[in-house]
Amino acid sequence: MNISQARPAGPAAIPPAPEAETGSRWRLGMLGFERRVALRFLREGRMQTLLIIVGVAAGVAVVAYISALISGLQRNTLDKTLGAQAHITISAPDNAVAPALPAAPGATVLVQTQPRTQSARTLVNWQALMPLLQAMPEVAAVSPMVSGAGLALRGQAQRSIALAGVDLDRYDRIINLRSKVVAGQARLAAGEAIIGRELASDLGVQVGDRMTISTGTGAAANSDSVRITALVDLGVRELNRRTVLVPLRTAQSLVGLPGGATQIDLALLDIWQADQLAPRLAQRWQIKAESWQQTNASLVSALNAQSVSTTLIRVVVMVVVVLGIASVLVVSVVQKRREIGILRAMGATRGQVLRIFLLQGAVVGAVGSALGVVLAVVLIFLFTTFVRGSDGLPLFAITLAPDLALRIAALATACGVLAAVVPARSAAKLDPAQAIRM
Amino acid sequence: MAEDSTPPAAADPAAAAAVPLLQLRGIHKSYNLGLPNEAEVLHGIDLDLAEAEFVALIGPSGSGKSTLLNIIGLLESPSAGSYRIGGQEAVGLDDAATTRLRGQALGFVFQFHHLLPAFSALENVTLPALMREGHVSETQLARAEEVLAAMGLQQAMNKRPGELSGGMQQRVAIARALVLRPPLVLADEPTGNLDTSTSEEVFALMRRMHAELRTSFLIVTHDPRLAQQCDRIVELVDGRIVGDRPL
Repeated sequence: MNISQARPAGPAAIPPAPEAETGSRWRLGMLGFERRVALRFLREGRMQTLLIIVGVAAGVAVVAYISALISGLQRNTLDKTLGAQAHITISAPDNAVAPALPAAPGATVLVQTQPRTQSARTLVNWQALMPLLQAMPEVAAVSPMVSGAGLALRGQAQRSIALAGVDLDRYDRIINLRSKVVAGQARLAAGEAIIGRELASDLGVQVGDRMTISTGTGAAANSDSVRITALVDLGVRELNRRTVLVPLRTAQSLVGLPGGATQIDLALLDIWQADQLAPRLAQRWQIKAESWQQTNASLVSALNAQSVSTTLIRVVVMVVVVLGIASVLVVSVVQKRREIGILRAMGATRGQVLRIFLLQGAVVGAVGSALGVVLAVVLIFLFTTFVRGSDGLPLFAITLAPDLALRIAALATACGVLAAVVPARSAAKLDPAQAIRM
Repeated sequence: MAEDSTPPAAADPAAAAAVPLLQLRGIHKSYNLGLPNEAEVLHGIDLDLAEAEFVALIGPSGSGKSTLLNIIGLLESPSAGSYRIGGQEAVGLDDAATTRLRGQALGFVFQFHHLLPAFSALENVTLPALMREGHVSETQLARAEEVLAAMGLQQAMNKRPGELSGGMQQRVAIARALVLRPPLVLADEPTGNLDTSTSEEVFALMRRMHAELRTSFLIVTHDPRLAQQCDRIVELVDGRIVGDRPL
């Protein structure tokens, strides 16, 4: 029994208060005491801990799954919609009636004008405009087009078509045309055409067959015979039924706009910049510029409504998670009153008790969100494996981006700490004398 | 009347006379202050305690023993009066300073052991060091094992409190109170929950630790036989000290 050494002599020896030192040691100790006690408390309340971790995991899984599903769905919808159209379409300004004289100030003007017909008109100076547009940092690709209406004829069959003259390589960069070829090879030399899949079946033609395109009426009537090199599926049946792509030059002569272009298509690096960029272009060059958001206004508002509902669901689920963690910790504080009292009597500070419970919230949040992310990945795997379209292919690709998963997990952990604030404060405020007496 | 009784049992009278370990002057404690049911439970307690004393605090239930012990243990603050530990005034300190002083100067042994059930005996004993340092150093671990061994608990170090008998749990609690070598250990009915022979055993252990470590003990007890084995008996009745005698 040799433990009797070591106590300093002298009157009422109380070790000097290591005040300044204690503070820094806490940080060095990485909350060693709080961590140990918090983990042990969690392990002790096995069932409670397990239940709430499962609860957090379920919440995180729902949030992650919904986020992935909706972003996949939106990406898919956008891909489908923008798959066959440019992000911004530039054309000549509409024909408008210009008054002969500006009205004198103060004069009342009474006019009745007939709107003018909008005939096919070329975009002035389009060759000069192209390199300027291409040089803009937001722009990924630029493609000129001559479009007009016409008829496709093959024997007795005749269908009205939307004729588009394009430069194949440029146009490919706008809508990725080559990936949409379902038969034949994308090629557009003089006298060749690429047509929609449905149009081919309507006319009863195949790759390699010829058909006649005719445009205009009366004196302006024009027609040309083309060989079909490829069939494309643009993702929309109506487009497939009407689209005929021919070389730029062929279209220019068919529509009667030699050397002209009726529109320039732009693809952007960031599609969401289209509606800010379009008005700038229109103003700068006095042209008409339409963004995909303008042409698809109802789609955009539908997507927004979807995003808002997703956010709402996420917020509600997170609130439920916070309440769940908080309620378990509130109960735990009540159950552990006496132990908290002993810790306080042994010299634990209020801050230490506070941190013990905040840490429990953080641990529950972190472990729960890790499990939740795994669960979400499983759900997504099940969805992509078992939910298939009529063609047996997955409806659309959904993936959980790692940064999204990380963000959700970080948010859930923060929610855990947040949930622990109230119980932790009540634990820290416990009067040790009373707590021990219980 | 407490002032004139110089602590008689101090092993080293010279040191004790210099600065008493504890000095309570005019301690009052009221509950529900300002309310209709206001009640004063301590009416002006004067008490000195020297180093290395072994004191019993006795009195009928409701006499204010536990309240006095809580005040001495810095778990409650008095309504009026002065309380010095080692010359330092302890009344009016903020919570952080009170907690710090409590951790440095005092060890606690409670009637119902109050070990943390989720921690092994050894972990319970190293908790005060962990709390203070954020980790348990080799030295602290060795010291904890040494104290537990001194309590005859070599075989029980890694057992949870639930696996130990009442007497063993109380010995772990005493080891925990002593491990940081505080100058004073406060014990509230430390044997109140134990049978007679275990009580004797636990009490004998406290006496031995007192002899070896020169730690002061202040023991609240109902048991007159145990009180008779202390060096000094302070008797409290209705919130007043009515007897303070050496044995």
